[in-house]
Amino acid sequence: MAIPIPASAGAERWQVVRLLAARKTVLASLFVLAVLVGAAALAPWLSPYDPFKLSIMNRLQAPGAAHWFGTDDFGRDVFSRVLYGGRLSLTVGFLVVLLSSVLGIALGLVAGFFRGADKVVSRIIDAMMAFPDILLAISLVAALGPSLLNVVTALGIVYTPRLARIVRASTLVIRELPFVEAARALGVPTRRIVTVHVLRNLVSPILVQGTFIFAYAMLAEAGLSFLGVGVSPDVPTWGTMINAGQQYMGSADWIMVFPGVAIVLAVLSLQLVGDGLRDVLDPRLRKEL
Amino acid sequence: MLRYLLNRLVGLAAVMFIVATIVFVIIRVTPGDPAAVMLGPQASQQDVADLRARLGLDQPLPVQYAVWLGQLARGDLGRSIFLDKPVLSALADRAEPTLWLTLMSLAIASAIALPVGILSAVKRGTVLDQSVLTFSMFTSSVPSFWLGLLLMQLFSVKLGWLPVAGYGGPDASFATRLSHLVLPAVVLGLVNSALVTRFIRASMLDVLRDDYVRTARAKGLTERRVILKHAVRNALIPILTVLGLTTALLISGAVVTETVFGLPGVGSLVVSAVLRRDYPVIQGALLVIAAIYVLINLCIDLLYLAVDPRVRY
Repeated sequence: MAIPIPASAGAERWQVVRLLAARKTVLASLFVLAVLVGAAALAPWLSPYDPFKLSIMNRLQAPGAAHWFGTDDFGRDVFSRVLYGGRLSLTVGFLVVLLSSVLGIALGLVAGFFRGADKVVSRIIDAMMAFPDILLAISLVAALGPSLLNVVTALGIVYTPRLARIVRASTLVIRELPFVEAARALGVPTRRIVTVHVLRNLVSPILVQGTFIFAYAMLAEAGLSFLGVGVSPDVPTWGTMINAGQQYMGSADWIMVFPGVAIVLAVLSLQLVGDGLRDVLDPRLRKEL
Repeated sequence: MLRYLLNRLVGLAAVMFIVATIVFVIIRVTPGDPAAVMLGPQASQQDVADLRARLGLDQPLPVQYAVWLGQLARGDLGRSIFLDKPVLSALADRAEPTLWLTLMSLAIASAIALPVGILSAVKRGTVLDQSVLTFSMFTSSVPSFWLGLLLMQLFSVKLGWLPVAGYGGPDASFATRLSHLVLPAVVLGLVNSALVTRFIRASMLDVLRDDYVRTARAKGLTERRVILKHAVRNALIPILTVLGLTTALLISGAVVTETVFGLPGVGSLVVSAVLRRDYPVIQGALLVIAAIYVLINLCIDLLYLAVDPRVRY
């Protein structure tokens, strides 16, 4: 478990940043992520073509000077679509982290702080973890109906137990620390102890787990879109682009290769950053760096 | 021991009860009428009403819930709407490819992870160790369906070494069917080897710090013997846990991989059930797979007892 950094310890925070910056893989990953996020955010200005514009004259063009990543079966520019696809894929990942954090923190805090609720909440978490994530996600999307919002909801629910488990475990430790006892002795209400004093110390484990969930959610969204049970095939995400490109494998590989490379880059960078954060935030490992 | 087992079985029953409840809730959160969704926009009012009655959707929710639990207690998972046969037999018909695929990919993941994880721990902090860690991170970042399509293109289409897709038809020999599983199993095994590799490395690092390893070294045993005879045997015990986790990942991966390679397994059954809104099949598959996962984890905890004399429940 990652040990919490007290929020007041500014010096310690800087040490974390310095330790992270000393790791070349983390720096490189942050750079790649910045490029991907920047390219997605600035897609309307960076895209050389309209990503939705059909051009039958230009269909299935190989990558070249006019179309860096080639064109697809409708003559749409793959580079522009990868940029726009990144907007949706990255947004989905981010929203899933947000949703599962809100739900996971609430469940984990309740289970970790209130013994009476722990039994019930922990059993629910165990039961949810018994479903393989893609399977639970496609069942939820099947029930809710395929749409971008429902994919986010489904994946948010799927990853909630992971976060809840970690928040619960950390809360169990923090609950016994002297400062919680001190707050109690001072008459601070329980709600305030949980939401301010405990939560503040959970930042690092949540940050680490959130980074990994971001990565898994992007892979899962791509998987759902590939299976045709996620967002509508007309919406360009990296997953739907691979799905659409698979029938041109062998003749126009570029349609599916580039979005795939984008997924690998984003997921790999997120995982490396998560790994680096965990090493730096966990003092047991830090001694051995 | 008996007390422990009883406790675990009670816990397992509780978890399965919650699992069944979650599955019940999932299908009921469908906005609108599930029967209408299943039959599509062209269905007549009468057909929708008939299906509602057949599925018991016209009953009040508590009654539906009680009926559902009663059916489950009898081992009845309902009837597939599209295939028109019991869900349990639909799942059983599709079990073989999924079982082999999971076992083969587990074997491949272990075959990669064992030597690599051990070597990485022994050579800890070296360039080799760093490269192994980065590579395992890389393989776990590749979408399995994408890797599957690329390998299929290379090995099946361009080189012609392996069959492209499917499971070789109904009369195919066992060898032919296995040959259809090679590529999907390699993809799943490779993608999931990362977790096992990292776990083996961590487990080896723990063991290498233990006193008996120091004693073995002090006795003057060769490093090779210390590692293989003393360290690895003990490091393997915690790996049982990760095998349980990996099985869940592999089943999840099978859903996607079977679809890429056109394997007629449980995964592709679920995907087609989702596309056809065949809710009884989705419910049944969710339940059976969750039950398998829970049982595997129980078996692993019991295996600990058999393998490690230090563990006492």
